[in-house]
Amino acid sequence: MLEIRNLVVKIADEDKQILNGLNLTVNDGEVAAIMGPNGSGKSTLSYVIAGKEDYEVLDGEILLNGENVLEMEADARAAAGIFLAFQYPLEIPGVATMTFLKAAMNAQRKARGEAELLTPDFIKAVNAAADKLGIAKDMLRRPLNVGFSGGEKKRMEILQMALLSPSMCILDETDSGLDIDALRIVAEGVNALRDASRGFLVITHYQRLLDHIVPDTVHVMSKGRIVKSGGKELALELEKSGYAAYGEAA
Amino acid sequence: MSIVTPLKTAAEQALVQQFAAVKAELPGSPVVRKLREDAFAGFEAKGLPHRRLESWRYTDLRSLLREAKPLADGGNVTAGVRNRLAELKLDGVRLVLVDGIFQPDLSTLENLPAGLTILPLSDALVSGREDLDRILSGPGVAETDTGLMLNTALMRDGVFVELAAGTELAAPIAIVSLASGDAERAIFHRSVMIAGNGVKATIAEISESAGDAASQINAAMVFETGDDSDVQHVRIVTRHAAATVQVSSLLATVGANAKFNSFALACRAATLRQQYFVRYAGEHTEIGLRGASLLAGQEHCDVTLVMDHEVPHGTSRELFKTIVDDEATGVFQGKVIVRQYAQKTDGGMKSNALLLKDGATMFNKPELEIFADDVVCGHGATVAQIDGEQLFYLMARGLPRPQAEALVLQAFASEAVEFVENEGLRDFVIGEIEAWLANRDSRNG
Repeated sequence: MLEIRNLVVKIADEDKQILNGLNLTVNDGEVAAIMGPNGSGKSTLSYVIAGKEDYEVLDGEILLNGENVLEMEADARAAAGIFLAFQYPLEIPGVATMTFLKAAMNAQRKARGEAELLTPDFIKAVNAAADKLGIAKDMLRRPLNVGFSGGEKKRMEILQMALLSPSMCILDETDSGLDIDALRIVAEGVNALRDASRGFLVITHYQRLLDHIVPDTVHVMSKGRIVKSGGKELALELEKSGYAAYGEAA
Repeated sequence: MSIVTPLKTAAEQALVQQFAAVKAELPGSPVVRKLREDAFAGFEAKGLPHRRLESWRYTDLRSLLREAKPLADGGNVTAGVRNRLAELKLDGVRLVLVDGIFQPDLSTLENLPAGLTILPLSDALVSGREDLDRILSGPGVAETDTGLMLNTALMRDGVFVELAAGTELAAPIAIVSLASGDAERAIFHRSVMIAGNGVKATIAEISESAGDAASQINAAMVFETGDDSDVQHVRIVTRHAAATVQVSSLLATVGANAKFNSFALACRAATLRQQYFVRYAGEHTEIGLRGASLLAGQEHCDVTLVMDHEVPHGTSRELFKTIVDDEATGVFQGKVIVRQYAQKTDGGMKSNALLLKDGATMFNKPELEIFADDVVCGHGATVAQIDGEQLFYLMARGLPRPQAEALVLQAFASEAVEFVENEGLRDFVIGEIEAWLANRDSRNG
């Protein structure tokens, strides 16, 4: 379970405050969607949960299963179960995708005191997950995300999510840059991971993604706070009325 | 006009005495003796290279060499040397120099591939070959370099490798040059590779020390490669004593329709100056100079190169990746000259550096001198820190900071390393880089 209490965050090197006392709870097994206009602080929220250093937390706490993660570095948060699917996955030339996947899986296992994966088991796991997401073997042989299309990058994020098996998944605008077929594949990948022990925080501008990943709760974010919460029908309402009612133009 | 005679430093005075004492016993035909005398006279007139010379601006050899160490005059095959040789896994022909002296007993000279001839340099220098003057002098752009002059004057041994036209070697030739490092010494050696038309070969130059005593090493490697040849050169400079100062020169004259690619790894290389003098002797030739330098502590690594496009339709690529940690210093000075008749030259030069600490320094100085009007030439030089976005991405997947940094650094170096075609040598290079990165973790941890 993820609990965010009165979170106040500013950009580290500037006076600009982005999150202004944000409260949010995502229960195990729940898919929560956050919608909001550009600049409302959605991506900042995802980065702060994952542990990016460019921000300063002025107040509040983020609890994962009751434990405050704000003192942890990003890698410790990942090992504790937080996974952020990036809006813009980074290209890392010179790092083979398979090498990276194995390093990530084993680093998390090590942090949790588990034994390293054996190579045949690792390869089996990757191949099975890649097949489900329509990821070609050729992609796995290339350097991480280098020369991948937008859709391929997003599928690679979901592949990592499947392999790392986190308890709290944050999807930051996973639908951006995807055509309708890629969107369906990605959404199916996410839906396959839904279970009673895993929470999702799905950040998006548009209703479209939520047709494929149907949320349990929808939260509207504006000016760094959650200003309205409701069920999945709230997303449809927003699609019609826009964000103007919440003090910001879309 | 007055002639200014610079005051000589202790090291310069000692070198004068050393040359006077050994010149009679250094190997050489009359032609070679004259070359030595002329080179030393050139050195005497100019002294050790210093920071007021543009090409030596960032590596002041005059202040680095406080004294001239005793000249090595025989290879001291210590237990350390034997142990290291036993450890080294290298395919193909192995030619061993210890303290700059060729060691036939430690080399693999039996069953050499057809077309390959190997002589100790000391034998080649007295052989009376008529082309020695040309071969040893190398490209014209090397003429005024005093570092090289000292090598010409004082070179004692090395290997002279010849590959007959059409020879294609399946495995590399490795020149393993170990300083015994049991006592402080000055080591002057030179090796030569003459590759006939159509030769395909890989030659590795490995420079290490087997002991902790400081060495002053002045090494040179001369290439003359024929038309339609394809020669790969891989230099690995590693495991040197912290106080070692090394000048390593590469002279290459490359024929027409040929390929010449060189890669150099410097890691645990103490103070190192690598200089390249490369000349296009024929048209439609592609030359690539690349390298990765990993520097820590007080280390200093200077890469200075001159690419001389004398003829049309030449392609040159340079790519040097430098990682500078602690208070180390990296230098890249690259000069591409495109002469008036060298139309359709295609040149691309890149130097990228990452600084890991506040005390780290990088000097980047790419230069183009273009006298032709129909060419494509570009250069780029960057100095940056580790990309925080990449680091965050890797850490968000669970990699602890040191491991994430190591992965980013390895990837950074690999852009140049991937040009090493021979798998065994590439693994050697990657192994040294991994060891350096692991050592960095323990230093920081």
